[in-house]
Amino acid sequence: MDLGALIADPATRIVVCCGAGGVGKTTSSAALALAAAEAGRTVVVLTIDPARRLAQSLGLVELDNEPRRVDVPGAPGELHAMMLDMKRTFDDIVSAHSTPERAQAILENPFYQALSSSFSGTQEYMAMEKLGQLRASDNWDLIIVDTPPSRSALDFLDAPNRMSRFLDGTMIRLLMAPSRAGFKFASAGFLLFSRIVSKILGGQLLRDISAFVAALDTMFGGFRERATATYELLRRPGTWFVVVAAPEPDALREASYFVDRLSAEGMPLAGLVVNRTHPPATTALSATRAEGAAEGVADGGGPSAALAAAALRVHAGRMQLAAREQHLADRFTSAHPDVAVRTVPAAAGDVHDLDGLRVMAEALTGPDADTPTGTPRTRVLPARRG
Amino acid sequence: MGGTGSFFYAGAVTSDPSSARLHVVTGKGGTGKTTVAAALALALAADGRSVLLVETEGRQGIAQLFDTPPLPYEERRVAVARGGGEVKALAIDVEEALLDYLDMFYNLRRAGRALRKMGAIDFATAIAPGLRDVLITGKIKEAVTRRHDGRQVYDAVVVDAPPTGRITRFLGVTGEMSQLARSGPIKTQSDGVMAVLRSPQTAVHLVTILEDMPVQETADAIAELTAAGLPIGSVVVNMAAEPVLPDEDLARAAAGELTGADLTPALAGAQLPGGAELADALAAEVVEHARRWAAQDALRAEVDALGRPTVELPLLPGPVDLGCLFELAGRLEEHLDAAEVAA
Repeated sequence: MDLGALIADPATRIVVCCGAGGVGKTTSSAALALAAAEAGRTVVVLTIDPARRLAQSLGLVELDNEPRRVDVPGAPGELHAMMLDMKRTFDDIVSAHSTPERAQAILENPFYQALSSSFSGTQEYMAMEKLGQLRASDNWDLIIVDTPPSRSALDFLDAPNRMSRFLDGTMIRLLMAPSRAGFKFASAGFLLFSRIVSKILGGQLLRDISAFVAALDTMFGGFRERATATYELLRRPGTWFVVVAAPEPDALREASYFVDRLSAEGMPLAGLVVNRTHPPATTALSATRAEGAAEGVADGGGPSAALAAAALRVHAGRMQLAAREQHLADRFTSAHPDVAVRTVPAAAGDVHDLDGLRVMAEALTGPDADTPTGTPRTRVLPARRG
Repeated sequence: MGGTGSFFYAGAVTSDPSSARLHVVTGKGGTGKTTVAAALALALAADGRSVLLVETEGRQGIAQLFDTPPLPYEERRVAVARGGGEVKALAIDVEEALLDYLDMFYNLRRAGRALRKMGAIDFATAIAPGLRDVLITGKIKEAVTRRHDGRQVYDAVVVDAPPTGRITRFLGVTGEMSQLARSGPIKTQSDGVMAVLRSPQTAVHLVTILEDMPVQETADAIAELTAAGLPIGSVVVNMAAEPVLPDEDLARAAAGELTGADLTPALAGAQLPGGAELADALAAEVVEHARRWAAQDALRAEVDALGRPTVELPLLPGPVDLGCLFELAGRLEEHLDAAEVAA
């Protein structure tokens, strides 16, 4: 996988970083965006939920839901960054597509307020919506998208459709039926449904939903079309997916599901980033030998024996950890032999400034073979000889 | 059922983790909250006690940890603890919980099944996002308060709860639902649940690892839970690395003042391959180890500043199996005992 060439290629217009929560999607997105700006692109990175210090270093202090330029000294391109405000994005859609009076009626509807701030899937839907807006504005020649921290990576692809199905669906049409045609046309099934919903949730909620849907209906041609249009954007040439995972079973399992799904949908996959690996500085000494040597050195005594023994134990632990990580990566590769893999070593602390992002960008975009230890960037440990 | 539990609302509510019966375990994604919840259930089940471990997010993580087939919507024994204690597990299925509920309150089970075919149940939980949480927390409350022959069925209930970002909303069902459903049985039900959740028999434990985001989210969650009047238990620092280096060398290594030359004399006798190159590589690994340790230590201070009882769990090598769970459970048991002494 050559992410360096991918983000520098003018034909690449959208890069989506996806994966399970907590694997470093946001930092990966930001690092790729930085590398793109340094390669001369005019790039915007749409982040969903950055760590505070990272957000600060990207200048994301004002939450105005618009991209802000980040000063990158010496970069031939431009880096812009923004953080998604899902409620505001939703409010903006409502305002942009209706008269001020009608918009206000919707914005004040309690059901809308719950939907726009807590419906599961709203964040994914709004991330797609914002992506569509950024793409339409044509101010950037590359958009890098971080995806919401949902449990499942698939949510990013599924939630918008689920939500538009819901808003355009039969049930909600039925709910509106009374206000349009009177109860006599409603089916028996609906009456039962309506009775139960009223019983459980109280009649007020039904009235709120009905009012909301009625207002929404006259507003624009359906949520479904809108979600479909943005979804199609992800299938267009020039869009690439980068799946990010940590070297842990759960995260890699999620990555597997996602890779399968992308291939089923005909969406182009750039490859898998295994983030936060722990490659040893040398592989000349095995874990077993290092453990044995640690005992020998400690028994030998003398100045700095304790330190040297500790160093050997650190190395033994590191070799074991790296072996486990490589094993997990191998399992992924045996199931998906065609998917390119790039490993990104864990930083000693958190990545929260441009320098830290630059180190990560180098690990993401640098040539496969060019590493100080000689282990290619596709692996945690070198392949076994013979 | 009618009260809102507002009696407990005044100021920060904290909970003595040793006396709580409902243990809610939350944490940012990737911090290992499911593992901690399972280990806590084992710890609480020691000495012949009976504990229910509840899964709320339908990921079957508990079945994986205990190496059992996927859990159905019923309470199943997954582990036996010291002195005849047992842990049962329950994976809550929201649809089934709603059908139960319709049956219990309205005798509507058959109608409920018909509704499920129409997709109406999906719809009902979708139009009222809080409904899911009401059903789940309602089931939890039922298990906590369930009695048989005048005795409580479970000595403790441990919940593998939604992540920190969602925990206050999950537990604060009343707020959410009262906005949407201002009357009706769901409202009454959620009020009853809140009374239990806000009482001192509940403790919300926060699992974190020593990284920026999780510690920051833990602090945010504590503030939110406090504002919502929910009782906070312990902070569990999971997967903490233990320093391998002698103390005096740690700081020097973290400052990058350690080179291969410091190691060469002691290594010379060990007849290792690689000579100076090996010594340099080992030194580089030690520096990284020390830096990681220093970065973690800085965050440890932030965790201490949260002012909650804190327990550290070590990073265990290899995949988590039942043996690992018992090892972690041992540490948690010590922590609970210490909290009891302190209280």
